[in-house]
Amino acid sequence: MENEFDTFAVFAIVLVCVATLAVGAFGLRLSRTTSDFYVASRQVGPARNATAISGEYLSAASFLGVAGLIYERGFDSLWFPVGYTSGYVVLLVLVAAPLRRSGAYTIPDFAEMRMESTGIRRISAVLVVVIGWLYLLPQFQGAALSLQSVTGWPTWVGSAIVVFTVVLGVAAGGMRSITLVQAMQYWLKLSAIAIPAFVLFYLWTSQGSPGPREVVGGGDALREWYEPLTESAQEPYPLYSTYSTLLALCLGTMGLPHVLVRFYTNPDGRAARGTTSVVIGLIGLFYLFPPIYGVLGRVYLPVLGEHIPVDQVVLQLPKAALPGLTGDILAAVLAGGAFAAFLSTASGLVISIAGVIAQDVLRPTLARFTAGDSGIIQGFRLATIIAVVVPFLAAMVTAPLGLARTVNLAFALAASTFAPLLLLGVWWRRLTVTGAFAGLFVGGGLAIAATLFTVAVRPEPGWVATTLSQPAAWCIPAAFLATIVVSLLTPRRIPPRTARTLARLHTPEGVELGSLRQP
Amino acid sequence: MPSLTPSDGAPARVRVIGSRKGTRAPARRPLQAELRDHTELGEVYLRGLMRAQFRLAATILGLGVIGLGGLPMVFWLFPATRTLRVFDLPLAWIVIGAAIYPVTVLVAISYVRRATKIESDFTEMVKRLS
Repeated sequence: MENEFDTFAVFAIVLVCVATLAVGAFGLRLSRTTSDFYVASRQVGPARNATAISGEYLSAASFLGVAGLIYERGFDSLWFPVGYTSGYVVLLVLVAAPLRRSGAYTIPDFAEMRMESTGIRRISAVLVVVIGWLYLLPQFQGAALSLQSVTGWPTWVGSAIVVFTVVLGVAAGGMRSITLVQAMQYWLKLSAIAIPAFVLFYLWTSQGSPGPREVVGGGDALREWYEPLTESAQEPYPLYSTYSTLLALCLGTMGLPHVLVRFYTNPDGRAARGTTSVVIGLIGLFYLFPPIYGVLGRVYLPVLGEHIPVDQVVLQLPKAALPGLTGDILAAVLAGGAFAAFLSTASGLVISIAGVIAQDVLRPTLARFTAGDSGIIQGFRLATIIAVVVPFLAAMVTAPLGLARTVNLAFALAASTFAPLLLLGVWWRRLTVTGAFAGLFVGGGLAIAATLFTVAVRPEPGWVATTLSQPAAWCIPAAFLATIVVSLLTPRRIPPRTARTLARLHTPEGVELGSLRQP
Repeated sequence: MPSLTPSDGAPARVRVIGSRKGTRAPARRPLQAELRDHTELGEVYLRGLMRAQFRLAATILGLGVIGLGGLPMVFWLFPATRTLRVFDLPLAWIVIGAAIYPVTVLVAISYVRRATKIESDFTEMVKRLS
């Protein structure tokens, strides 16, 4: 069954890509001004916006990776979806409304507005691009593996299809059409994961709910899988790994480039809070389903083929459980949903990376040659191409590390750099420019070094490998510490308009702040 | 007609009254202006608002750290909880795999309600004092 051409699945994938482009084109007709293009003119209602945020957030790591990890490691992987959801709670209570009130569009915008420093802005811009690329990488690799598993085509074809669809969708429509597309993608993904899950669950109970034990036999392997916090050769320090993962996911969400951009499409701070709480409900609903695939995978797919990565469990399960037409159709539905996941997350990331590249790199450069003649939207389209080419090439040359694991590294980097900047920027009056620099350098430097070492060297399992592949537990405290200590040592570098900026971040909309509204 | 002019030739007494034109009660400085101009008073009110919001946020996060962050610790310290079964279902799986999500949603909703309340109270107060 390995790598034979699956007509149903290919049809589902083509359908998802075409639907994405069609809805995008429909949005294009509504997208007329630069404001439409970037922030949907800030006129998207909370429910639609929340659906769009959820559609964008539920990536390949959520759709395939979580189930794969649960299949592989059992209970200890259940913390991943919990962390993905809790990250939104942290974002909600600490930064959602103030960030919307800041009126900035990207993290670099916020950094410049709060810290009054173009240096901080530049570093933030570089970090946004790095985090975005790190997060795009597994989307492209996941697409490649999925397409390979249903067609047998070489891996670059799948990545290329995602790249092509995303570029066409983003460059053509911008944020307005993307909001529409993302909202559609959420419902698509939820149905695609829920319907087969119900069918498989029904099948499983009608067979008398055979436990994994009856299928593969008991023993230590199954105990490791079933119980929390079990040591294994891959994970020798389960308690450390669990806490490090939770910390990275809880603090990383607010620093992800595609998450923050979405908040500027809320009309005001209050709406931003409402939107976030709806998002928590929507993604929580989605995360009820991946564990079902992980568990039933153990029952129906006790042995996964030699060259099949665990991320494929979701796609392989229906055919193993229900040989025949039903299984094929369910597999096709899941393949379509997985592609929706790749497309939506990649679109969101590309739009935010491209926004930063266009604003901070291309516009100054182009202005030098064309004396300011180049259009903003043209610059954005060029930036879109740049934003996808680098991770596309990287996906070709690096071996996949596992979807959820790579995504975790992006979370850890975001949490070690932007979490201190945003949290202290929103709540602490004594934050200084030097302190912010120190935090970004320490957190970013440590997290990037750990990530590069993990990806490039692949150390043998042991405490070195564990601490480096789960860097959040020490990088995040180091970054906070550096920011706070250096800020306290350099009280003269407090940005001069700090009081004014904080007033703007925290004053509710009902209160007219007169001249404050204009920056 | 009785003369107001004293006999010793000093200047006549003049009755001093305030002009009626353009008088106004001494205006209280509106709080909105205090906020806008970053006077000390505006700053005090704003700090109060920020403190209330931060206290709320810290309470929610504290609950999360104890409720969510405590679970791995419980599994670690009390190995019996790892295999506990309730109605023949593995408790740990049910809690982390499913029950945690509705609880999270309830926490989020209650936070939004409280944060909005703090802000409406602040807005009310500003309007009253303005």
